[in-house]
Amino acid sequence: MTTLRSTAPTTSRRTVAPKKKSFLHRWSGWLFVLPALLFYGVFVLKPLVTAVEYSFYDWNGITVATFVGFENYVRVLTDPQLLASIGHAFFLIIFFTVLPVSGGLLMAALLRELRSKGMGTFARTALFLPQIIPGAAAAIAWVWMFSASGTANQMLSAIGLDGLTRAWLGDFTWSLPAVGVIGTWINLGFCTILLLSGTGKIDASIYEAARLDGAGFVRTLLSVTLPGLKQEIGVCVTVTVISALASFDIIFMSTQGGPGYSTMVPGVQVYQLGFTQSQVGLASALALILTALILIVVLPLQRLFRSED
Amino acid sequence: MKAPIKERIPGFALLSIAVIFSVIPLASMFTAALHEQGTVPVGIEWPADPQWHNFIDAWKVADITPLLVSSIVLVLGVVPAAALIATMAGYGLGQLRIPGGSVVFILLLLGLTLPREATIVPIYYQIRDMGLLNTQFGLMLVLIGSFMPFAVFWMRAHFLTMPKELAEAAAIDGAGAWQSFIRIQVPLAVPAVSSLCLLLFLWTWNTFLQAIVLIDDPSKRTMAGALQNFVGLHSTDVVLLNAGALLIMAPTIVVFLAFQRQFMKAMISGGVKG
Repeated sequence: MTTLRSTAPTTSRRTVAPKKKSFLHRWSGWLFVLPALLFYGVFVLKPLVTAVEYSFYDWNGITVATFVGFENYVRVLTDPQLLASIGHAFFLIIFFTVLPVSGGLLMAALLRELRSKGMGTFARTALFLPQIIPGAAAAIAWVWMFSASGTANQMLSAIGLDGLTRAWLGDFTWSLPAVGVIGTWINLGFCTILLLSGTGKIDASIYEAARLDGAGFVRTLLSVTLPGLKQEIGVCVTVTVISALASFDIIFMSTQGGPGYSTMVPGVQVYQLGFTQSQVGLASALALILTALILIVVLPLQRLFRSED
Repeated sequence: MKAPIKERIPGFALLSIAVIFSVIPLASMFTAALHEQGTVPVGIEWPADPQWHNFIDAWKVADITPLLVSSIVLVLGVVPAAALIATMAGYGLGQLRIPGGSVVFILLLLGLTLPREATIVPIYYQIRDMGLLNTQFGLMLVLIGSFMPFAVFWMRAHFLTMPKELAEAAAIDGAGAWQSFIRIQVPLAVPAVSSLCLLLFLWTWNTFLQAIVLIDDPSKRTMAGALQNFVGLHSTDVVLLNAGALLIMAPTIVVFLAFQRQFMKAMISGGVKG
């Protein structure tokens, strides 16, 4: 590629091709972009604009809609139940982001440090597996894990903690953290592998120097690995925060938002309002507020983790 | 240089805990699926008499064959079309640098953080008005549209790394933009396109929300979408439920194990999850 770059006649082209043709040529490039833009416009942008329109109406999907101004938005921001669903989504960030990113950092550092070929490959495959199965299927696996006779209780009993056993997903206090664990399970492998690939870019001599200075594993992790992975951590945080705030599959398949509203999140709420309770306007307002919240959280993160160099 | 043994032991222990955490839910489903039907197994426990035929029964009960066919049809309808359209757009934006391209790019950027929930309600009414509700074609159109921001982003990034002179050299030879695209650019883009296809396959296969909203008949949905119906019907039979859910997951697991390296690389550089 580099030889091509240096020998290709960059200047001669203008003399060969008349200017007018080059102008037409430039615009004809739009033909390449048009099909993608058409699909994106019709199936993403148009529905988004329609959602804004719906959000100002009271509509059950069948009869004539009535214009209600900002009423749907006011309701989302004042209805305790809807506000609670947004609160739950933010609570899930602990399990979808904080635990997987810090756990992934530790795992990546360990995998790098131990350099055991067999264990390394096996661990990477095992950790990554939850990431590729459908979220809906992951939910089913964990419904069984957390059931009264499931493996979670079996393990608690095995270490003598019989008193703690319960039907985790049916418990008003514990169902939300339990659903969160499913998110941790899914995101841990993604963060580990992404951060591990990032450590490959850190100069090995820095690790060597740290070791010669007598830095132990924890010290090296905090002063070499952590700062060296700023960008990768940024990607992990962004992706997992979006997965927490916009969660749907896992919760829809495991608890449907229950018991009561204890695990209700905006994603599931939008589905229920829009498709089972026929409150299309309210569903759209909630969906748009969710979108705005994601942007408000994600955009500053991009800035925070942007690499300085 | 390896760490001293004393430090390696807790390291291995921690790593093992993480690995066990990752594998145990699937292992627990597997042992439960091998118990006698109608019984309630306890946690993770290898049955005295593993009932392997449970998988055959679950295959029949969950009607896996039409589900597999349906998912494959969806993948074939979505992945090649989306990859081609995105490659063309990526070429236009990254290599031809069309006038006004940055506006298109910013529009697409907006779509990258847009949650599926944001548009799902209007999409339902739009597809209904197009008369495409309960058709796989409707779902395909919606999926292609929703994959565009990422796919074009991905291909644009590839074409930005290609030297501009390549297109210009082709232009001098009298090759039109389309000729140079097909003959020169596409062959060079094969690695980027194949990672993209792998991701698109995974996302199409695992599509859940759009599948349950747009298609009522579970046998026309994706495998993941069909799970919802299967759970509704068999939630009381733990054994059969686990066997069926494992069968539904199996294809992605097999494909992942076969293309592990490519999957990890693609998903990491994509910086997105499915």
